Amino acid sequence: MTAGAVEPSTDVVPRKRRGTELFLLVLALLVGVGAYVAVGIGYSGDVPADVAWVAGGFVTLALVAHVAVRLLAPYADPVLLPLVAMLNGLGLAMIRRLDLDFAAADQTTFATQQMVWTLIGVIAFVAVLVVVPDHRRLQSFTYTLGLLAIVLLVLPLLPVIGQEINGSRIWIRIGPLGFQPGEVAKICLVVFFAGYLVVKRDALALAGRRFLGIDLPRGRDLGPILTAWLVSLGVLVFQRDLGSSLLFFGLFVVMLYVATERVGWAVVGTLLFLGGAYFSYLTFGHVEARVTGWLDPFSDTDAYYQIVQGLYGLGFGGLIGTGLGQGDPTLTPFSYSDFIVTSLGEELGLTGLMAIIVVYGLVVERGLRVALLCRDAFGKLVAAGLAVSMALQVFVVVGGVTRLIPLTGLTTPFLSYGGSSLVVNWAMVALLLRISHFTREPQPLVTPLDAGDATQVVRLR
Amino acid sequence: MNRPIRVLAVVCGVMFLALLLNVNYVQFLQASELNARDGNRRVIDEEFSRERGPILVAGRPAAQSVPSDDDYDFQREYPSPRLYFNLTGYYSYEFGAEDLENTQNSILSGSDPRLFVNRVVDLLGSRQPSGGSIALTIDPAAQQAALNGLSALGDDVQGAVVALEPSTGAILAMVSRPSYDPNRLATHDLQAARKARLQLLEAPGDPLLDRSRENTYAPGSTFKVVTAAAALSSGQYAPDTLVKGGPVLDLPQTTDDLTNDTDCPSQVTLTTALALSCNVSFGEVGLALGDDALREQAEAFGFGDDSYLDELSQVASRFPEDPADPQVAQSAIGQFDVSATPLQMAMVAAGVANDGTVMKPYLVDKVYSPDIELLDDHDPEELHQAVSSGVATQLTQMMVEVVTNGTASSAQIPGVEVAAKTGTAERSEELAPYAWFISFAPADDPEVAVAVFVENPNVPREQISGGGLAGPIAKSVMESVIG
Repeated sequence: MTAGAVEPSTDVVPRKRRGTELFLLVLALLVGVGAYVAVGIGYSGDVPADVAWVAGGFVTLALVAHVAVRLLAPYADPVLLPLVAMLNGLGLAMIRRLDLDFAAADQTTFATQQMVWTLIGVIAFVAVLVVVPDHRRLQSFTYTLGLLAIVLLVLPLLPVIGQEINGSRIWIRIGPLGFQPGEVAKICLVVFFAGYLVVKRDALALAGRRFLGIDLPRGRDLGPILTAWLVSLGVLVFQRDLGSSLLFFGLFVVMLYVATERVGWAVVGTLLFLGGAYFSYLTFGHVEARVTGWLDPFSDTDAYYQIVQGLYGLGFGGLIGTGLGQGDPTLTPFSYSDFIVTSLGEELGLTGLMAIIVVYGLVVERGLRVALLCRDAFGKLVAAGLAVSMALQVFVVVGGVTRLIPLTGLTTPFLSYGGSSLVVNWAMVALLLRISHFTREPQPLVTPLDAGDATQVVRLR
Repeated sequence: MNRPIRVLAVVCGVMFLALLLNVNYVQFLQASELNARDGNRRVIDEEFSRERGPILVAGRPAAQSVPSDDDYDFQREYPSPRLYFNLTGYYSYEFGAEDLENTQNSILSGSDPRLFVNRVVDLLGSRQPSGGSIALTIDPAAQQAALNGLSALGDDVQGAVVALEPSTGAILAMVSRPSYDPNRLATHDLQAARKARLQLLEAPGDPLLDRSRENTYAPGSTFKVVTAAAALSSGQYAPDTLVKGGPVLDLPQTTDDLTNDTDCPSQVTLTTALALSCNVSFGEVGLALGDDALREQAEAFGFGDDSYLDELSQVASRFPEDPADPQVAQSAIGQFDVSATPLQMAMVAAGVANDGTVMKPYLVDKVYSPDIELLDDHDPEELHQAVSSGVATQLTQMMVEVVTNGTASSAQIPGVEVAAKTGTAERSEELAPYAWFISFAPADDPEVAVAVFVENPNVPREQISGGGLAGPIAKSVMESVIG
């Protein structure tokens, strides 16, 4: 800044706060590595033999991510990366702990694979920061990404590569690699919705009728929301994936509301959701079973074995938990993926589980803060969409396994075993940090050509 | 677009708050309900691995947990299974816990509120929680004498013995035959446990049934003590009151007669009638008193109550609700629908012995924390005043007469005055009669009251009698206590 520059009025020059991020990251790594060591001590009384390379590897990955942020998005939010690194580390420790039980029963080990996926996730994180130097460029790919999302959603339904696992047809398998395209579709949909709504929001916002004090949209503007609704129902019917269906539709409705600022859309969306939910309750046996398993899981502890075992695990953990490695979380099916939250609740107790939920809450609120501060509409919508998709996903899966709402299968971001989910979530955080960097970066100043005859200062932004 | 984002921030906040409140509900408020549910394997596994406290008899374990190097850290063991199986019960993985292992589970497993401080200390010291121990009132010599006595009657004998300390209600012996081995159900070899259970369910004589308290039997002539108590308490009779004797009592309203099994003179005192066990005399006394007086007297001894013993399950002994006259006469001699547990008949003897006061029976004497700190010491409680002290003294004299000059001579102990009553309860032509014997000694300062019940001895039908079969068992139990 030169002395002759015009100060941008009262704007405070934001600090980069990378030191803060590093400090928080060290704390987060202490939690993750500490949990890993505690697993070994709790399970067999020894520090795990592989702690050096696992901890070393994980710490290196986290530091790589930190350095990438320093170089590529120095003004980004300093809290997000430590939060998700902590979740990732805690997830790794828990999956490792479950492995110990599975190894006793001679089954596959998940922790090593999850470590590899963490590596790929961090690569994706760095790649997004490199490839997307300015999030606004993504807007030109709006319809490409929309199309990609549809293709990704349809992929698992195709023969040969599509696979049905545990009743849901959401997997594709090419050779040894299994993948859930729906996870990638999530990030594509956020960008697509944002790009689409930025353009259409005036039309969707202005015309309408007032009814009971709420501005309702015009019938002819209902097209997009009905399309999103039908696609969501399609996911539910053809892929039997309740969670993703709910997530996609909820995401669209929320972004529509943010774009138009009209509660009417949220009302219409909620009504459509309730209608669709009631319809599927009546029509599909698996939806009805989920509702019964939610209302009264103990009516048939065999049929609702999973949710009942999850609840037993939580109850067994109680206030302070059994301690890592000392509970029986593998009694619950899918203790390492959908039900990892009850596994953590069992061994870390109510205190640990509350801390984890609060961490998710912080991630979401930091994400919304990025949206709030962002200056361009597209960036606002993308950031809000990413934050809300995280909120919805955590609410649906944690609420589901703790019996707040009916159980729907979704992965728990950063904690669950599963490559697709982990990689996509790292990419999503990278995108949030990219927008955050743009938001907090000091504005380039335009120095007047000649201060003497400056009748008009043109600010480019 | 900022307003909707702020709204969203609030909505997301509410969603996360709901998640937090819900996990508080599940893990804090609902936790104990979840943990108490049947089939919750986490709780079963954890309890099964825990070091359970021992059940002690005179300082030696009747049940104990020993370290085990399989999936579960401790194996429950019963060092004297045949002697104490009906008291300890078993602690199994798949079939739950039975008897004391079940009713005293909170102390034995360490979850009792009285052990709260121990649990906190264990938690802070990162030690595995362990259970407290209980000490029983059982006198091992009396228990062994009772078991030996029953076993001597044959391999497939069925029966029970109960011995009480009259002044406190402490159970000194409680034996049931046939027996089973709880070790076979408690084994960590679940396959073997399953097999053992199937065998047990089909075993002859139903060993899972504790005959001392879980089933009732016609008490026969031992019930005449109750009838005599009612007679003396009514004020219309004294021990030397002359009552009708002779061979036959003509029952009203029917052509049936009540006959004597023993030779009774045509007119006898109440004392002699008891000594010789004259059915005719007591039938007539019963008719004169009426069924209400008999029922009231029986209930004063504990009949009709199914919960006087806190530590173990039991059934109530019965006196018929509304018998017709002939049945009143039969009831007065312990036949018809009169039905009692051996525990109840021991309480009749103990009540007479304890100046007419029936003490509440109990089995757990002391409760200790895992650090052998005394948590509870049982205080004896009165159950009922069954008869006045004066009537009790008269009854004692009459029961001493039964031993010295009557049917209970088999229980005579040199140098000790014994009070007793025999019983031989007819069932049917095909089934062997029950042999009963109730007694207490020494008569002037009773230390022990006993009831012996034999259901299926390995002897010819005509040799079955309370005095002949059950008397010697009662005698050896009393001797083992008096020493």
